[in-house]
Amino acid sequence: MRQNKINKNFNIIIAGTGGQGLITAGRILAKAIFLEKKEIKMSELHGLSQRGGSVVIHLRMGKNIYSPLINRGETDLILVLEKREVFPSLYFASKSKGTIFLINDCLVPSPSLPNFNPSNDKIKKIINGFSKKIIFIPASKIMKEKLGKEIVSSIFLISFASFKNLIPVKPKSILKAIKESIPKKYLDINVKAFNLAEKVSF
Amino acid sequence: MKKLLLGNEAIVQGALEAGVQFISTYPGTPASEIGDIFFELKNKELKHPANFYFEYSTNEKTALEAGIGASFSGLKTLVAMKDFGLNVCLDALGPFVYTGSKGPTVIIVADDPGCHSSAQWEENTRAISYLTHIPTLEPSDPQECKDFVKFGFKLSEKFKIPVLIRTTTRVAHQIQTVNCQKTSAYRQTEKSKNKLLKGKFIKNPHQFVTLPPRVLEMKKELLEKIEKIKNFSEKSRINFINQKFESRKAGIITSGTSYLYVRENLKELNLNLPVLKLGFFYPLPEKKIKNFIKNLNKVLIVEELEPFLEKEIKILAKETNSNLKIFGKNLLSETGELKPEDISRALAKFNGKKINIIQPKIPNFPKRKPIFCPGCPYWSVFEAVKQAVNSKKIIFGGDIGCYMLGGLPPYNMQDYLLCMSSSIGIAHGIEKATNKQKVIAFIGDSTFFHSGIPALINTVFNKSNPLIILMNNQTTAMTGLQPHPGAPAKPDGIKIENIIRACGVKHLEIIDPTKDFKKMVATVKKFLIKNEVSVIIARHPCARIK
Repeated sequence: MRQNKINKNFNIIIAGTGGQGLITAGRILAKAIFLEKKEIKMSELHGLSQRGGSVVIHLRMGKNIYSPLINRGETDLILVLEKREVFPSLYFASKSKGTIFLINDCLVPSPSLPNFNPSNDKIKKIINGFSKKIIFIPASKIMKEKLGKEIVSSIFLISFASFKNLIPVKPKSILKAIKESIPKKYLDINVKAFNLAEKVSF
Repeated sequence: MKKLLLGNEAIVQGALEAGVQFISTYPGTPASEIGDIFFELKNKELKHPANFYFEYSTNEKTALEAGIGASFSGLKTLVAMKDFGLNVCLDALGPFVYTGSKGPTVIIVADDPGCHSSAQWEENTRAISYLTHIPTLEPSDPQECKDFVKFGFKLSEKFKIPVLIRTTTRVAHQIQTVNCQKTSAYRQTEKSKNKLLKGKFIKNPHQFVTLPPRVLEMKKELLEKIEKIKNFSEKSRINFINQKFESRKAGIITSGTSYLYVRENLKELNLNLPVLKLGFFYPLPEKKIKNFIKNLNKVLIVEELEPFLEKEIKILAKETNSNLKIFGKNLLSETGELKPEDISRALAKFNGKKINIIQPKIPNFPKRKPIFCPGCPYWSVFEAVKQAVNSKKIIFGGDIGCYMLGGLPPYNMQDYLLCMSSSIGIAHGIEKATNKQKVIAFIGDSTFFHSGIPALINTVFNKSNPLIILMNNQTTAMTGLQPHPGAPAKPDGIKIENIIRACGVKHLEIIDPTKDFKKMVATVKKFLIKNEVSVIIARHPCARIK
């Protein structure tokens, strides 16, 4: 019997590349969970890997949480901000856990990945063995078209996950967290990204 | 009052609650945010300035020495740095533990098991606790970060000794809800304005001068002090057992984040074992440990990196329970960060439980490596050098900063990389040893101010001729854009070119590699054939400066 199920803990990974707003998105989500008075643990990485390398953030919520890191294969939702970043996150996914992948259908070029451009179908095929459900959404494209800035796609995606009940965090908590954490200068565009997440259907 | 805090933020919160008066640091991941938060607090709300002193020092040694001066003058002092930084200030730390502190002093050091960002070696700073006899505490999470800083100040005050708090990446960069108290007023009011920083140095060579024969007396006094602290540690609640354990035959001893993984996995595996959690690393509460192990058949020691606790406990077990079976590094790796599933596996084996985790094989995929930011001036520097030289013949000396990414694709220009400012120091040695191989040493401006100047002077003094490319992006970019003595370019900022000239360098050019690319290429070629050391200052601000 997994204690996990009893306590209804929920484990989230945010995967992407440095510079995509991962830490901001993670902190907004953490703040929203904090505002709902649930236990929260999050683990970030700073420094060199933030310079366009692969970054994975762990976020855990629920009750009696000790570890800031998710055990292998124990993630409920993996939020991927660049589709090739699916691969470093596979370690934390499993079919038995019923991991859901929410993937931003976008590419951030890197000289270390010159000829690596798997199709969405190929990605799906590979991660099928690790997942219950895979959702591709062109978040960066939508943000670029509607708001002129791709960087807010991380906020769009956590909001989308909340509106579609992919995470047990209420949209209004996320909005409140955005308003309390984002500097005034950037608040408007982030709130717009949040609002668009409700309207988009997939 | 509850706050959602990062480990490093919790350290600041604890220091403010304790009424810290003097803070010095040199930035380094994973400790950088500590200084950054104090810097921000210091520089905002200028109407009511913060009534603590804060500085980014030129390096960790000057930071600690500044802190020692403040402590000798009676102020409550915090000094923060990353693991390698403590090595830089070891020269000052040893004697400081002998003299002891006057104002309570806490030193924060952040290790990085797994080398996420401190990539040059996997340091276990706990060895320095043995070397210097500095009392050392190890928090597990942000709540303990805050509590241990306050406790550390009390300990320091009680025993007149500096206290080291050792975090790791997963503690420093862990976020959790923390119970906070009101911070003591750290903003100046009209009333308090002129009462600030009332430190006073009172002459006392008996305490502050470390010279024989007094120095050996000091060592004796220190060892006596440590015995007293050991007794104090025995009674301290920061070393605790999580449940009653009289009837148990197996137990676990752990510290730091390992404790969190142990608790999490005991819950997951439905195991009910007593856990002795050690908040003190040095000195250890030996009686408490002996009491814990005396009736056990077996014990599992869960600690990251080298088995320091395991070795100590083996000795204690010999005295108290020689039949005790001790498990530790036979089940857990000494290399890399411990992952929660490593501990799950170790716990299962320790208990003779079988866990069948069948996971599909993860396919091989190409790894994304870090890279210079878009608009980074270093693109132009490395491109210019690539065009100017035969990369097979020239040796490229790397150093600590974003430019170490020049060693990765697409440039692959890095033939050695060790520590702060070693690009120059090692270049000198290679040229002396080989007599004809030519080295180009890359070094950043903050790194140059940190420890590059003595290395540059050595090339002049002992006559070698590397080409040094000083990456003058006017900030400490990799750790989060902290200022350094040459930046921001204020009228009173130190001019890096003046220092270089004063060191006796004859061949010096200042070039903006993004605007004057051709000159950059030509100068690299021209300087490579000089018989004396040459320096190009590649000056263009970091793309992240807003």
